[in-house]
Amino acid sequence: MGQFAQLLLVAAVFLSFALLGTASLSGCVGLLAMQGYCLSLLPIFIHRGGLEPRAFLLAAGMAALKGWLVPRVLTHAIREVKIRREVEPLVGYVPSLIIGVVIVGLSVVLAARLPVSGEARSGLLVPVSLATMMMGLFMTVSRLKALTQVIGYLVFENGIYLFGLLVSRDMPWLLEMGVLLDVFVAVFIMGIVIHHISREFDSIHTDRLTQLKE
Amino acid sequence: MTALFENLAALLIVPPLMPGIITKTKAAFGGRKGPPVLQPYYDLVKLMGKGAVYSRTTTRMFRLGPTLSLAAVVLAGLLVPLVRASALAFPGDAILFAYLLGLSRFATVAAALDAGSSFEGMGASREVAFSSFAEPSLMLAVAALARATGGFSLSGMFGGAIASSFGAGLVLIVGSLFFVLLAENSRIPVDDPATHLELTMIHEVMVLDHGGPDLAFILYGSSMKLLLWSSLLVRLLLPFVPGAEGWAVWSLGIAAVAVAIGVVESSMARLRLIRVPQFLVAAICAAAFAVMLTLK
Repeated sequence: MGQFAQLLLVAAVFLSFALLGTASLSGCVGLLAMQGYCLSLLPIFIHRGGLEPRAFLLAAGMAALKGWLVPRVLTHAIREVKIRREVEPLVGYVPSLIIGVVIVGLSVVLAARLPVSGEARSGLLVPVSLATMMMGLFMTVSRLKALTQVIGYLVFENGIYLFGLLVSRDMPWLLEMGVLLDVFVAVFIMGIVIHHISREFDSIHTDRLTQLKE
Repeated sequence: MTALFENLAALLIVPPLMPGIITKTKAAFGGRKGPPVLQPYYDLVKLMGKGAVYSRTTTRMFRLGPTLSLAAVVLAGLLVPLVRASALAFPGDAILFAYLLGLSRFATVAAALDAGSSFEGMGASREVAFSSFAEPSLMLAVAALARATGGFSLSGMFGGAIASSFGAGLVLIVGSLFFVLLAENSRIPVDDPATHLELTMIHEVMVLDHGGPDLAFILYGSSMKLLLWSSLLVRLLLPFVPGAEGWAVWSLGIAAVAVAIGVVESSMARLRLIRVPQFLVAAICAAAFAVMLTLK
Protein backbone atom coordinates (compact mmCIF):
# COMPACT_ATOMS: atom_id res chain seq x y z
CA MET A 1 0.00 0.00 0.00
CA GLY A 2 1.39 3.38 -0.97
CA GLN A 3 2.19 6.29 1.32
CA PHE A 4 -0.69 8.31 -0.04
CA ALA A 5 -3.24 5.58 0.62
CA GLN A 6 -1.97 5.35 4.19
CA LEU A 7 -2.33 9.10 4.59
CA LEU A 8 -5.90 8.93 3.28
CA LEU A 9 -6.75 6.19 5.77
CA VAL A 10 -5.32 8.17 8.67
CA ALA A 11 -7.24 11.22 7.49
CA ALA A 12 -10.42 9.13 7.44
CA VAL A 13 -9.92 8.05 11.05
CA PHE A 14 -9.12 11.59 12.09
CA LEU A 15 -12.28 12.84 10.42
CA SER A 16 -14.23 10.25 12.40
CA PHE A 17 -12.66 11.66 15.57
CA ALA A 18 -13.65 15.15 14.48
CA LEU A 19 -17.21 13.94 13.86
CA LEU A 20 -17.34 12.54 17.40
CA GLY A 21 -16.33 15.92 18.78
CA THR A 22 -18.39 18.29 16.64
CA ALA A 23 -21.61 19.80 17.90
CA SER A 24 -22.78 21.76 14.89
CA LEU A 25 -24.78 19.74 12.40
CA SER A 26 -23.55 21.51 9.29
CA GLY A 27 -20.00 21.00 10.57
CA CYS A 28 -20.75 17.28 10.87
CA VAL A 29 -22.04 17.16 7.32
CA GLY A 30 -18.94 18.94 6.03
CA LEU A 31 -16.70 16.45 7.83
CA LEU A 32 -18.73 13.56 6.46
CA ALA A 33 -18.30 14.94 2.93
CA MET A 34 -14.55 15.23 3.45
CA GLN A 35 -14.41 11.66 4.70
CA GLY A 36 -16.41 10.62 1.64
CA TYR A 37 -13.90 12.27 -0.72
CA CYS A 38 -10.97 10.69 1.17
CA LEU A 39 -12.49 7.24 0.87
CA SER A 40 -13.49 7.69 -2.75
CA LEU A 41 -9.84 8.35 -3.71
CA LEU A 42 -8.74 5.11 -2.06
CA PRO A 43 -9.61 2.55 -4.80
CA ILE A 44 -7.12 4.32 -7.10
CA PHE A 45 -4.22 4.21 -4.69
CA ILE A 46 -4.84 1.15 -2.60
CA HIS A 47 -3.36 -1.53 -4.83
CA ARG A 48 0.14 -1.60 -6.14
CA GLY A 49 0.62 -1.91 -9.86
CA GLY A 50 -1.12 -0.41 -12.85
CA LEU A 51 -3.98 2.01 -12.68
CA GLU A 52 -7.20 0.42 -13.81
CA PRO A 53 -10.04 2.26 -15.51
CA ARG A 54 -12.40 0.32 -13.32
CA ALA A 55 -10.85 1.79 -10.16
CA PHE A 56 -11.26 5.28 -11.58
CA LEU A 57 -14.92 4.66 -12.34
CA LEU A 58 -15.45 3.35 -8.83
CA ALA A 59 -13.70 6.40 -7.38
CA ALA A 60 -15.77 8.80 -9.45
CA GLY A 61 -18.97 7.06 -8.41
CA MET A 62 -18.03 7.11 -4.73
CA ALA A 63 -16.98 10.77 -4.86
CA ALA A 64 -20.24 11.77 -6.50
CA LEU A 65 -22.23 9.77 -3.99
CA LYS A 66 -20.39 10.06 -0.67
CA GLY A 67 -18.81 13.44 -1.23
CA TRP A 68 -21.55 15.25 -3.11
CA LEU A 69 -25.02 13.68 -3.11
CA VAL A 70 -25.33 12.45 0.47
CA PRO A 71 -24.01 15.66 2.09
CA ARG A 72 -26.29 17.68 -0.18
CA VAL A 73 -29.32 15.70 0.91
CA LEU A 74 -28.28 16.09 4.55
CA THR A 75 -27.75 19.83 4.18
CA HIS A 76 -31.18 20.04 2.63
CA ALA A 77 -32.60 18.12 5.59
CA ILE A 78 -30.89 20.47 8.06
CA ARG A 79 -32.33 23.49 6.31
CA GLU A 80 -35.74 21.84 6.31
CA VAL A 81 -35.88 21.05 10.04
CA LYS A 82 -33.97 24.09 11.28
CA ILE A 83 -31.82 22.27 13.84
CA ARG A 84 -28.36 23.75 14.18
CA ARG A 85 -26.62 21.62 16.77
CA GLU A 86 -26.90 18.45 18.77
CA VAL A 87 -28.08 19.84 22.09
CA GLU A 88 -27.32 17.12 24.57
CA PRO A 89 -25.70 13.90 23.39
CA LEU A 90 -26.00 10.91 25.72
CA VAL A 91 -22.20 10.83 26.00
CA GLY A 92 -20.36 14.16 26.13
CA TYR A 93 -17.91 15.22 23.45
CA VAL A 94 -14.66 14.77 25.36
CA PRO A 95 -15.68 11.32 26.72
CA SER A 96 -16.71 10.27 23.21
CA LEU A 97 -13.30 11.33 21.88
CA ILE A 98 -11.63 9.20 24.54
CA ILE A 99 -13.92 6.29 23.70
CA GLY A 100 -12.88 6.85 20.08
CA VAL A 101 -9.22 6.35 21.05
CA VAL A 102 -10.17 3.13 22.88
CA ILE A 103 -12.07 1.98 19.80
CA VAL A 104 -9.06 2.58 17.56
CA GLY A 105 -6.83 0.65 19.95
CA LEU A 106 -9.34 -2.19 20.09
CA SER A 107 -9.60 -2.36 16.32
CA VAL A 108 -5.81 -2.48 15.93
CA VAL A 109 -5.72 -5.44 18.33
CA LEU A 110 -8.69 -7.10 16.61
CA ALA A 111 -7.23 -6.60 13.15
CA ALA A 112 -3.99 -8.29 14.20
CA ARG A 113 -5.97 -11.41 15.17
CA LEU A 114 -8.26 -11.46 12.17
CA PRO A 115 -7.35 -14.21 9.68
CA VAL A 116 -6.95 -12.09 6.55
CA SER A 117 -4.43 -12.85 3.85
CA GLY A 118 -1.36 -11.25 2.30
CA GLU A 119 -1.47 -7.58 1.54
CA ALA A 120 -4.28 -6.84 3.96
CA ARG A 121 -2.38 -8.19 6.96
CA SER A 122 0.36 -5.59 6.94
CA GLY A 123 -1.68 -2.57 5.89
CA LEU A 124 -3.79 -0.14 7.81
CA LEU A 125 -6.92 -0.98 5.89
CA VAL A 126 -8.44 -3.56 8.25
CA PRO A 127 -7.90 -1.67 11.54
CA VAL A 128 -9.12 1.57 9.99
CA SER A 129 -12.24 -0.04 8.57
CA LEU A 130 -13.02 -1.70 11.92
CA ALA A 131 -12.43 1.57 13.77
CA THR A 132 -14.62 3.53 11.34
CA MET A 133 -17.43 1.00 11.70
CA MET A 134 -17.29 1.03 15.49
CA MET A 135 -17.08 4.82 15.72
CA GLY A 136 -20.05 5.13 13.39
CA LEU A 137 -22.07 2.69 15.48
CA PHE A 138 -21.05 4.49 18.65
CA MET A 139 -22.19 7.79 17.16
CA THR A 140 -25.51 6.23 16.17
CA VAL A 141 -26.25 5.02 19.68
CA SER A 142 -24.90 7.99 21.62
CA ARG A 143 -26.64 10.85 19.82
CA LEU A 144 -30.26 11.86 20.19
CA LYS A 145 -31.03 13.76 17.00
CA ALA A 146 -32.18 11.67 14.06
CA LEU A 147 -29.81 13.53 11.75
CA THR A 148 -26.70 12.79 13.78
CA GLN A 149 -27.82 9.20 14.03
CA VAL A 150 -28.03 9.04 10.26
CA ILE A 151 -24.55 10.56 10.01
CA GLY A 152 -23.31 7.89 12.42
CA TYR A 153 -24.90 5.24 10.27
CA LEU A 154 -23.20 6.67 7.18
CA VAL A 155 -19.82 6.58 8.94
CA PHE A 156 -20.52 2.95 9.82
CA GLU A 157 -21.34 2.33 6.18
CA ASN A 158 -18.03 4.00 5.18
CA GLY A 159 -16.27 1.41 7.35
CA ILE A 160 -18.03 -1.41 5.53
CA TYR A 161 -17.01 0.10 2.22
CA LEU A 162 -13.38 0.16 3.41
CA PHE A 163 -13.59 -3.50 4.29
CA GLY A 164 -14.96 -4.18 0.84
CA LEU A 165 -11.94 -2.45 -0.70
CA LEU A 166 -9.84 -5.42 0.44
CA VAL A 167 -11.31 -7.49 -2.34
CA SER A 168 -11.85 -4.75 -4.92
CA ARG A 169 -9.16 -6.27 -7.16
CA ASP A 170 -10.44 -9.83 -7.10
CA MET A 171 -14.16 -9.24 -6.87
CA PRO A 172 -14.89 -5.76 -8.19
CA TRP A 173 -18.59 -6.49 -8.59
CA LEU A 174 -18.85 -6.92 -4.82
CA LEU A 175 -17.84 -3.32 -4.30
CA GLU A 176 -20.00 -2.10 -7.12
CA MET A 177 -22.95 -3.81 -5.50
CA GLY A 178 -21.93 -1.97 -2.37
CA VAL A 179 -22.13 1.33 -4.24
CA LEU A 180 -25.59 0.42 -5.43
CA LEU A 181 -26.56 -0.43 -1.86
CA ASP A 182 -25.27 3.00 -0.88
CA VAL A 183 -27.55 4.70 -3.35
CA PHE A 184 -30.44 2.68 -2.04
CA VAL A 185 -29.60 3.49 1.58
CA ALA A 186 -29.06 7.16 0.79
CA VAL A 187 -32.42 7.56 -0.87
CA PHE A 188 -34.29 5.28 1.48
CA ILE A 189 -32.98 6.45 4.84
CA MET A 190 -32.89 10.12 3.95
CA GLY A 191 -36.41 9.93 2.56
CA ILE A 192 -37.75 8.37 5.73
CA VAL A 193 -35.80 10.65 8.04
CA ILE A 194 -36.70 13.84 6.30
CA HIS A 195 -40.30 12.78 6.00
CA HIS A 196 -40.52 11.92 9.70
CA ILE A 197 -38.76 15.02 10.89
CA SER A 198 -40.67 17.40 8.71
CA ARG A 199 -43.93 15.71 9.72
CA GLU A 200 -43.04 16.17 13.37
CA PHE A 201 -42.11 19.79 12.89
CA ASP A 202 -44.91 20.68 10.51
CA SER A 203 -47.39 21.35 13.28
CA ILE A 204 -45.06 23.87 14.83
CA HIS A 205 -44.59 25.65 11.56
CA THR A 206 -48.31 25.93 10.91
CA ASP A 207 -48.82 27.17 14.44
CA ARG A 208 -46.40 29.96 13.80
CA LEU A 209 -48.03 30.72 10.50
CA THR A 210 -51.48 31.09 12.06
CA GLN A 211 -50.02 33.32 14.71
CA LEU A 212 -48.50 35.47 12.01
CA LYS A 213 -51.84 35.74 10.26
CA GLU A 214 -53.55 37.03 13.34
CA MET B 1 32.13 20.98 22.65
CA THR B 2 31.47 23.50 19.89
CA ALA B 3 28.03 21.93 19.46
CA LEU B 4 27.26 22.82 23.06
CA PHE B 5 28.31 26.44 22.59
CA GLU B 6 26.50 26.79 19.28
CA ASN B 7 23.30 25.45 20.85
CA LEU B 8 23.78 27.70 23.87
CA ALA B 9 24.20 30.74 21.62
CA ALA B 10 21.03 29.84 19.71
CA LEU B 11 19.17 29.21 22.96
CA LEU B 12 20.15 32.52 24.55
CA ILE B 13 20.11 34.90 21.57
CA VAL B 14 17.34 33.77 19.21
CA PRO B 15 14.21 33.48 21.45
CA PRO B 16 12.91 37.10 21.38
CA LEU B 17 12.98 36.98 17.57
CA MET B 18 10.05 34.56 17.49
CA PRO B 19 7.41 36.83 19.08
CA GLY B 20 8.78 39.59 16.86
CA ILE B 21 8.18 37.56 13.70
CA ILE B 22 4.73 36.48 14.91
CA THR B 23 3.70 40.08 15.57
CA LYS B 24 5.03 41.14 12.18
CA THR B 25 3.06 38.37 10.44
CA LYS B 26 -0.11 39.35 12.24
CA ALA B 27 0.46 43.01 11.33
CA ALA B 28 0.96 42.05 7.68
CA PHE B 29 -2.34 40.15 7.75
CA GLY B 30 -4.06 43.15 9.27
CA GLY B 31 -2.63 45.45 6.60
CA ARG B 32 -0.49 47.29 9.15
CA LYS B 33 3.24 47.86 9.30
CA GLY B 34 3.67 46.57 12.83
CA PRO B 35 6.54 47.05 15.29
CA PRO B 36 10.08 46.12 14.15
CA VAL B 37 11.04 42.46 14.41
CA LEU B 38 13.63 43.32 17.06
CA GLN B 39 11.07 45.07 19.28
CA PRO B 40 11.02 42.26 21.94
CA TYR B 41 14.78 42.82 22.47
CA TYR B 42 14.23 46.55 23.08
CA ASP B 43 11.41 45.71 25.49
CA LEU B 44 13.67 43.33 27.41
CA VAL B 45 16.48 45.90 27.65
CA LYS B 46 14.01 48.55 28.82
CA LEU B 47 12.51 46.24 31.45
CA MET B 48 15.94 45.18 32.74
CA GLY B 49 16.78 48.81 33.39
CA LYS B 50 13.73 49.35 35.57
CA GLY B 51 13.27 48.69 39.24
CA ALA B 52 10.65 46.29 40.61
CA VAL B 53 7.83 47.04 42.99
CA TYR B 54 6.71 44.30 45.38
CA SER B 55 3.43 44.24 47.23
CA ARG B 56 3.69 43.81 51.02
CA THR B 57 1.38 40.76 50.87
CA THR B 58 3.82 38.78 48.74
CA THR B 59 6.43 36.40 50.11
CA ARG B 60 9.75 35.08 48.84
CA MET B 61 7.95 32.77 46.40
CA PHE B 62 6.77 35.75 44.39
CA ARG B 63 10.35 36.94 43.85
CA LEU B 64 11.67 33.44 43.25
CA GLY B 65 9.01 32.60 40.64
CA PRO B 66 10.37 34.35 37.51
CA THR B 67 13.97 33.34 38.18
CA LEU B 68 13.16 29.71 38.87
CA SER B 69 10.90 29.57 35.86
CA LEU B 70 13.57 30.98 33.52
CA ALA B 71 16.27 28.71 34.98
CA ALA B 72 14.13 25.62 34.44
CA VAL B 73 13.45 26.58 30.82
CA VAL B 74 17.16 27.22 30.12
CA LEU B 75 17.99 23.82 31.61
CA ALA B 76 15.29 22.19 29.47
CA GLY B 77 16.75 24.02 26.47
CA LEU B 78 20.09 22.29 26.96
CA LEU B 79 18.41 18.93 26.32
CA VAL B 80 16.60 19.94 23.14
CA PRO B 81 18.19 19.50 19.71
CA LEU B 82 18.55 23.04 18.37
CA VAL B 83 21.10 23.88 15.67
CA ARG B 84 23.08 20.77 16.59
CA ALA B 85 22.16 17.62 18.48
CA SER B 86 22.21 18.33 22.20
CA ALA B 87 25.64 17.74 23.73
CA LEU B 88 24.08 16.78 27.06
CA ALA B 89 21.68 14.20 25.63
CA PHE B 90 21.17 11.00 27.58
CA PRO B 91 18.60 8.19 27.28
CA GLY B 92 15.34 9.31 28.84
CA ASP B 93 16.02 13.03 28.75
CA ALA B 94 12.59 13.54 27.18
CA ILE B 95 11.05 12.87 30.58
CA LEU B 96 13.39 15.32 32.29
CA PHE B 97 12.47 17.85 29.59
CA ALA B 98 8.75 17.43 30.34
CA TYR B 99 9.33 17.77 34.08
CA LEU B 100 11.57 20.83 33.74
CA LEU B 101 8.84 22.54 31.77
CA GLY B 102 6.46 21.43 34.51
CA LEU B 103 8.75 22.94 37.16
CA SER B 104 8.88 26.19 35.22
CA ARG B 105 5.08 26.26 35.07
CA PHE B 106 4.85 25.44 38.77
CA ALA B 107 7.11 28.38 39.63
CA THR B 108 4.96 30.79 37.59
CA VAL B 109 1.74 29.41 39.06
CA ALA B 110 3.03 29.51 42.64
CA ALA B 111 4.18 33.11 42.19
CA ALA B 112 0.79 34.01 40.73
CA LEU B 113 -1.04 32.45 43.68
CA ASP B 114 1.33 34.20 46.06
CA ALA B 115 0.22 37.60 44.75
CA GLY B 116 -3.17 36.91 46.33
CA SER B 117 -5.19 38.43 43.51
CA SER B 118 -8.33 36.57 42.50
CA PHE B 119 -7.68 37.11 38.78
CA GLU B 120 -4.25 35.58 39.05
CA GLY B 121 -5.66 32.62 40.94
CA MET B 122 -8.11 32.10 38.10
CA GLY B 123 -5.34 32.24 35.52
CA ALA B 124 -3.25 29.82 37.58
CA SER B 125 -6.07 27.29 37.81
CA ARG B 126 -6.68 27.47 34.05
CA GLU B 127 -3.02 27.15 33.21
CA VAL B 128 -2.66 24.04 35.34
CA ALA B 129 -5.90 22.48 34.05
CA PHE B 130 -4.99 22.95 30.40
CA SER B 131 -1.41 21.81 30.80
CA SER B 132 -2.66 18.56 32.31
CA PHE B 133 -4.37 18.00 28.95
CA ALA B 134 -1.30 19.07 26.98
CA GLU B 135 1.25 16.85 28.69
CA PRO B 136 -0.19 13.44 27.70
CA SER B 137 0.13 14.28 24.02
CA LEU B 138 3.80 15.21 24.44
CA MET B 139 4.47 11.93 26.24
CA LEU B 140 2.51 9.90 23.67
CA ALA B 141 4.29 11.64 20.78
CA VAL B 142 7.63 10.91 22.44
CA ALA B 143 6.60 7.28 22.93
CA ALA B 144 5.67 6.96 19.25
CA LEU B 145 8.95 8.56 18.17
CA ALA B 146 11.00 6.38 20.51
CA ARG B 147 9.35 3.32 19.05
CA ALA B 148 9.81 4.49 15.46
CA THR B 149 13.44 5.58 15.73
CA GLY B 150 14.73 3.31 18.46
CA GLY B 151 16.31 6.32 20.19
CA PHE B 152 15.56 7.27 23.78
CA SER B 153 17.00 10.79 23.92
CA LEU B 154 15.35 13.84 22.39
CA SER B 155 18.29 14.31 20.01
CA GLY B 156 17.94 10.71 18.87
CA MET B 157 14.20 10.84 18.35
CA PHE B 158 14.05 14.21 16.69
CA GLY B 159 16.76 15.34 14.28
CA GLY B 160 15.48 13.71 11.12
CA ALA B 161 16.33 10.16 12.13
CA ILE B 162 12.76 9.18 11.47
CA ALA B 163 12.17 6.72 8.65
CA SER B 164 10.24 7.93 5.65
CA SER B 165 8.03 4.84 5.89
CA PHE B 166 6.46 6.47 8.92
CA GLY B 167 4.66 9.05 6.74
CA ALA B 168 1.14 8.93 8.14
CA GLY B 169 2.34 8.72 11.73
CA LEU B 170 4.69 11.65 11.19
CA VAL B 171 1.79 13.82 10.01
CA LEU B 172 -0.14 12.91 13.15
CA ILE B 173 2.80 13.68 15.45
CA VAL B 174 3.54 17.01 13.77
CA GLY B 175 -0.14 17.96 14.05
CA SER B 176 -0.35 16.91 17.68
CA LEU B 177 2.87 18.70 18.67
CA PHE B 178 1.74 21.87 16.88
CA PHE B 179 -1.53 21.82 18.86
CA VAL B 180 0.44 21.38 22.07
CA LEU B 181 2.85 24.15 21.04
CA LEU B 182 -0.08 26.53 20.66
CA ALA B 183 -1.53 25.50 24.02
CA GLU B 184 1.73 25.45 26.00
CA ASN B 185 2.81 28.85 24.74
CA SER B 186 -0.64 30.40 25.22
CA ARG B 187 -1.14 31.21 21.56
CA ILE B 188 -4.47 31.95 19.98
CA PRO B 189 -6.90 29.05 19.75
CA VAL B 190 -6.26 28.48 23.46
CA ASP B 191 -5.25 31.85 24.87
CA ASP B 192 -4.89 35.30 23.35
CA PRO B 193 -1.54 36.91 24.26
CA ALA B 194 -2.77 40.33 23.06
CA THR B 195 -5.95 40.45 25.11
CA HIS B 196 -6.43 42.92 27.92
CA LEU B 197 -9.47 41.38 29.55
CA GLU B 198 -8.45 39.57 32.72
CA LEU B 199 -11.48 37.28 32.68
CA THR B 200 -10.42 35.53 29.49
CA MET B 201 -6.65 35.51 29.87
CA ILE B 202 -4.65 32.52 30.97
CA HIS B 203 -0.93 33.08 30.91
CA GLU B 204 -0.91 36.87 30.74
CA VAL B 205 -3.15 37.24 33.76
CA MET B 206 -0.75 35.27 35.96
CA VAL B 207 2.07 37.72 35.47
CA LEU B 208 0.10 40.95 35.92
CA ASP B 209 1.77 41.77 39.22
CA HIS B 210 5.32 41.31 38.02
CA GLY B 211 7.30 44.29 36.79
CA GLY B 212 10.78 45.35 35.77
CA PRO B 213 13.46 42.63 35.61
CA ASP B 214 10.96 40.02 36.85
CA LEU B 215 8.69 40.70 33.89
CA ALA B 216 11.72 40.67 31.59
CA PHE B 217 12.63 37.20 32.91
CA ILE B 218 9.08 35.99 32.32
CA LEU B 219 8.89 37.36 28.77
CA TYR B 220 12.34 35.99 27.95
CA GLY B 221 11.46 32.60 29.47
CA SER B 222 8.18 32.32 27.60
CA SER B 223 9.79 33.21 24.27
CA MET B 224 12.51 30.64 25.01
CA LYS B 225 9.85 28.01 25.66
CA LEU B 226 8.27 28.91 22.32
CA LEU B 227 11.67 28.45 20.67
CA LEU B 228 12.14 25.02 22.28
CA TRP B 229 8.80 23.72 21.06
CA SER B 230 9.36 25.18 17.59
CA SER B 231 12.79 23.62 17.46
CA LEU B 232 11.29 20.22 18.27
CA LEU B 233 8.89 20.65 15.35
CA VAL B 234 11.69 21.79 13.03
CA ARG B 235 13.91 18.89 14.05
CA LEU B 236 11.07 16.46 13.43
CA LEU B 237 11.02 17.46 9.77
CA LEU B 238 14.55 18.67 8.95
CA PRO B 239 17.73 16.66 9.56
CA PHE B 240 20.88 18.10 11.16
CA VAL B 241 23.18 19.76 8.62
CA PRO B 242 26.84 20.32 9.53
CA GLY B 243 28.58 23.68 9.22
CA ALA B 244 27.09 27.11 8.58
CA GLU B 245 24.29 25.62 6.44
CA GLY B 246 23.01 24.01 9.62
CA TRP B 247 22.36 27.47 11.07
CA ALA B 248 20.62 28.58 7.87
CA VAL B 249 18.37 25.50 7.75
CA TRP B 250 17.49 25.73 11.42
CA SER B 251 16.79 29.49 11.38
CA LEU B 252 14.62 29.19 8.27
CA GLY B 253 12.69 26.37 9.94
CA ILE B 254 12.16 28.39 13.12
CA ALA B 255 11.06 31.43 11.11
CA ALA B 256 8.64 29.23 9.17
CA VAL B 257 7.10 27.95 12.43
CA ALA B 258 6.78 31.54 13.70
CA VAL B 259 5.04 32.59 10.47
CA ALA B 260 2.75 29.54 10.71
CA ILE B 261 1.77 30.58 14.26
CA GLY B 262 1.17 34.11 13.01
CA VAL B 263 -1.08 32.81 10.23
CA VAL B 264 -3.05 30.66 12.69
CA GLU B 265 -3.44 33.64 15.00
CA SER B 266 -4.61 35.90 12.19
CA SER B 267 -7.12 33.45 10.77
CA MET B 268 -8.66 31.98 13.91
CA ALA B 269 -10.59 33.28 16.88
CA ARG B 270 -9.88 32.17 20.42
CA LEU B 271 -11.85 29.07 21.41
CA ARG B 272 -14.39 29.31 24.17
CA LEU B 273 -12.77 28.13 27.41
CA ILE B 274 -14.96 25.03 27.66
CA ARG B 275 -13.93 24.01 24.13
CA VAL B 276 -10.20 24.13 24.89
CA PRO B 277 -10.01 20.69 26.59
CA GLN B 278 -11.72 19.22 23.52
CA PHE B 279 -9.06 20.77 21.29
CA LEU B 280 -6.33 19.30 23.46
CA VAL B 281 -8.01 15.89 23.69
CA ALA B 282 -7.98 15.91 19.88
CA ALA B 283 -4.21 16.38 20.08
CA ILE B 284 -4.02 13.44 22.51
CA CYS B 285 -6.11 11.34 20.09
CA ALA B 286 -3.72 12.14 17.24
CA ALA B 287 -0.67 11.22 19.32
CA ALA B 288 -2.32 8.04 20.63
CA PHE B 289 -3.17 7.04 17.07
CA ALA B 290 0.46 7.62 16.07
CA VAL B 291 1.57 5.29 18.88
CA MET B 292 -0.82 2.64 17.61
CA LEU B 293 0.57 3.02 14.09
CA THR B 294 4.09 2.36 15.38
CA LEU B 295 2.96 -0.63 17.43
CA LYS B 296 1.52 -2.36 14.40
